[in-house]
Amino acid sequence: MSEQSEKNKPVLTKKLDKFLTGLANAFRFVKRFFQEVWLPPYEFKEILRQCYEIGYRSLPLISLTGFIVGIVFTNQSRPSLTEFGATSWLPALISIAIIRAMGPLVTALIAAGKVGSSIGAEIGSMKVTEQIDAMEVSAINPFKYLVVSRTIATTLMIPILVLYTDFVALIGSFINVNQNELVSLSSFFVQVFEAISFLDVFSSLIKSLVFGFTIGIVGCYKGYNSSNGTEGVGKAANASVVMSMFLIFIEELLALQIVNAIRYA
Amino acid sequence: MHREEEKVVEIRGVKKSFDENHVLRGVDLDLHKGENLVVLGKSGTGKSVLIKLMVGLLKQDEGSITILGKNTDNLKLKELNKLRLKIGFAFQASALYDSMTVRENLEFPLVRNVKNLSRKEINKKVEGLLDSVGLPKTINQMPAELSGGQKKRIGIARTLILEPEIMLYDEPTAGLDPTTCIDINNLINQVKEEYNTSSIVITHDLTCAKVTGDRMAVLIDGQFQAVGPFEEVFAQATNPRIKSFYDYNFIQ
Repeated sequence: MSEQSEKNKPVLTKKLDKFLTGLANAFRFVKRFFQEVWLPPYEFKEILRQCYEIGYRSLPLISLTGFIVGIVFTNQSRPSLTEFGATSWLPALISIAIIRAMGPLVTALIAAGKVGSSIGAEIGSMKVTEQIDAMEVSAINPFKYLVVSRTIATTLMIPILVLYTDFVALIGSFINVNQNELVSLSSFFVQVFEAISFLDVFSSLIKSLVFGFTIGIVGCYKGYNSSNGTEGVGKAANASVVMSMFLIFIEELLALQIVNAIRYA
Repeated sequence: MHREEEKVVEIRGVKKSFDENHVLRGVDLDLHKGENLVVLGKSGTGKSVLIKLMVGLLKQDEGSITILGKNTDNLKLKELNKLRLKIGFAFQASALYDSMTVRENLEFPLVRNVKNLSRKEINKKVEGLLDSVGLPKTINQMPAELSGGQKKRIGIARTLILEPEIMLYDEPTAGLDPTTCIDINNLINQVKEEYNTSSIVITHDLTCAKVTGDRMAVLIDGQFQAVGPFEEVFAQATNPRIKSFYDYNFIQ
């Protein structure tokens, strides 16, 4: 009888059911992370390995992207400032934009694409090839070993990568400013540090922690719950990227509201 | 004949459904100490589901499963994990960890579950097991570099590293050539002799069943239709579906 009524549900109700069930599962997954993160065994070796994979291996891509962002943003901002004869404000403007928004956002989006998809695909493939089951039957907690370690690693590494991106982007910006306005390195960075405040750096790092957590937990969640063989692995990788990016933008919006409320309080 | 107290696994009235698909419809089965029990049945009849229920990877809808005297129905995770250490599970696709070498694959369950082992002891155990499955040279290879048969052997070696009392083999010869099948069948018998294990072998391969099994249990439509020695179950089978299963395998 209940199976019959399940069949007869309208499509919209079924979709809403699926959405709410998914939401509840995701909530349980995050809750489990916060329960297990404090409990031994602490997977230090695996966390370090993941930090290397996530942090060090992302450096080339992050360097290139940060550098290009610095140059492009400086170039695009110049005409507007030239109209007001305010090109000397370029270092201040660029530094505020990069530290407050561009650095964290660009790094998080790149990491969501590179790291999030790789976590989703790796865990998804472990799921469909029964490697996760193999851990469970060997009395090893796969959640702890795979999910907690990766999420901690992304949460720790994204802020470090953000600081690095900020630096590389500012170097890119400096090269552009130096060529056009003949500003020296020291005077460029004096203007940069005069323009940014402790709140800018602090909020950027806190935001990056949240972005890192999001990338890790979403990748793990999608991978851990993948099904339907190799097709499911592809879907998990794809869904990890899409969902992470979506959440990162929402979080960016919320962070902006909170920081502005503090700044102008 | 096995005595009542020698049962290491007792399955009673186990039912399991996935949505509208009723896979197991009240299954009863015993595994006696020191025997190899082969569970036979066509693909999709719930053979693998049965052994996954035994190790807590799935939960039955009804019925009870008792392993080594412990009812698994409401075991807490810590107790279930203790029990899992006494059960070796050889997966159909081997389930070797892709990112680890053969050595790391074997070490992983050992170092996680047995504390204070020296490097020398770990090496001795890993190398000893690889020797006994006939693959000592693969120790530093990655799973991707191994053949299907080698993966199965390493998978079995990995389960043996914790010295289980019960072995569960999920389709051990599936997807292998006939020669490798013979090797795996011999390995299953060798494990029983050397490690004194009681085993459940899930298969649809009658040759594997005949060579490795002390008793057969034929699963049809979610229930065991016949349980007993090979000759009794197949040679004297009156059930047409069991007969056709036998004929199909051996005509092939």
